[in-house]
Amino acid sequence: MMNIRNYVRVQSLEEAYELNQGRKNRIIGGMLWLKMGKGSIQTAIDLCDLGLDTIEETEDQFSIGAMVNLRQLELHPGLNVYTQGAMAAAVRDIVGVQFRNLATVGGSIWGRFGFSDVLTQLLAMDSYVELYKGGLVPLEDFAACKHDNDILVRLVVKKTPGQFVYQAMRNQRTDFPVLTCAVSRMEGKYRAVIGARPSRAIVVRDEKHLLDSGITPESAAAFAKFVAGSVPTGSNLRGSAAYRTHLAGVLTQRGILELGGRG
Amino acid sequence: MEIKLTLNGRTVTDHIDPGLLLIDFLRDHGCLSVKRGCETSNCGLCTVLMDGKPILSCSMLAARADGHSIQTLEGLQEEAADFVGFIADQGADQCGFCNPGFVMNTIALLREIPNPTDDEIRAYLAGNLCRCSGYDGQLRGIRSYLNSRKG
Ligand SMILES: Cc1cc2nc3c(=O)[nH]c(=O)nc-3n(C[C@H](O)[C@H](O)[C@H](O)COP(=O)(O)OP(=O)(O)OC[C@H]3O[C@@H](n4cnc5c(N)ncnc54)[C@H](O)[C@@H]3O)c2cc1C
Ligand code: FES
Ligand code: FES
Repeated sequence: MMNIRNYVRVQSLEEAYELNQGRKNRIIGGMLWLKMGKGSIQTAIDLCDLGLDTIEETEDQFSIGAMVNLRQLELHPGLNVYTQGAMAAAVRDIVGVQFRNLATVGGSIWGRFGFSDVLTQLLAMDSYVELYKGGLVPLEDFAACKHDNDILVRLVVKKTPGQFVYQAMRNQRTDFPVLTCAVSRMEGKYRAVIGARPSRAIVVRDEKHLLDSGITPESAAAFAKFVAGSVPTGSNLRGSAAYRTHLAGVLTQRGILELGGRG
Repeated sequence: MEIKLTLNGRTVTDHIDPGLLLIDFLRDHGCLSVKRGCETSNCGLCTVLMDGKPILSCSMLAARADGHSIQTLEGLQEEAADFVGFIADQGADQCGFCNPGFVMNTIALLREIPNPTDDEIRAYLAGNLCRCSGYDGQLRGIRSYLNSRKG
């Protein structure tokens, strides 16, 4: 495990930002991912005193602090009513309750991990990240960017009316997913988000208007085929590229049919 | 650096290394029920309660526990005694190494969901791995404890 020389509970975002410019300093979220690494951290920067551990819900958005943990996402009534349970479905197989009580939204989104269930579901929603210096950035743009030394302050999810379905294929419960798939319909527009390809999740929109005249078994199959054909996949020890492409089609089709069943 | 926390109801102040993990802090303070299994945040053996919530002590810095309350099995013997006999009666444990993590997380489960369904038990305990058993004995033990409470 990595070795930590100093530990600072910062009292402001400015203090965190300044410290985070040091090459060997790191923000610690839940520290679960960081801990898997080797090497040394000069100063571990802890944001836990900044009140970023709450989910605030207003009429038109959720504001989710970077230090909110995955268990809070799973149990938040408002988020789960808004997503019809998709938010909880996205996180509930991530290791265990004890793990989810520690893993943070900030670390999960900042990491932009290929396998991320969290990133997959949030990309299916109208989501933005608030960066200390970079301001409000659409999550889709952030997900495609390289890592820098800014600070993720919170995640903002607009309550654009919509429906959401989350599914993931795992070889075994609590393992990393083989493929993740979130589908949504927001104001009549469809997206499928495919993650664990095994690289970072990407968004596919219904550019070909395959679902414009409604969801039928045929239109769902056509959109699923389009998604499977547009998403690059790769192989690793959990599954081959061909299997992942097949799963992308199957999970998209099931997800879209489920949306259809909701009217 | 100096930290002050409540450990099993007692205030503890200590001078620690900033990189010290909570599991090592707890073991140094006599809580030997807290064990290392995987150390990669996967097995749940090192489970303790922080402010009443189950967490993995192998994956958190002791420094972050400053100002918080930590409970280990040493401080929860009475609460555990209610149900551990039922798990033992089912012959659930073989080597028993996973047991302290299971017991800690079962305490958390029963506090949060006093009357869980089998699926709720499986979901809550999914982060506790056992290399010997097939998990069925633990499930049967918790179920028979819950049934005995109803009776
Ligand atoms: C064993 C294991 C299994 C896992 N399985 C899954 C899985 O099945 N599905 C899944 O979706 N995820 C999985 N994950 C990932 C996990 O859910 C978290 O996403 C991950 O641990 C990062 O969150 P953290 O809070 O631990 O971040 P940390 O490890 O603390 O930080 C991760 C990175 O983000 C940086 N960082 C943290 N917070 C901020 C911030 N606010 N601003 C800027 N930078 C920041 C850190 O410096 C670091 O570089 C797994 C992780 C592990 C270790
Ligand atoms: S030792 Fe902590 S999760 Fe395995
Ligand atoms: S009884 Fe041996 S690890 Fe569970």
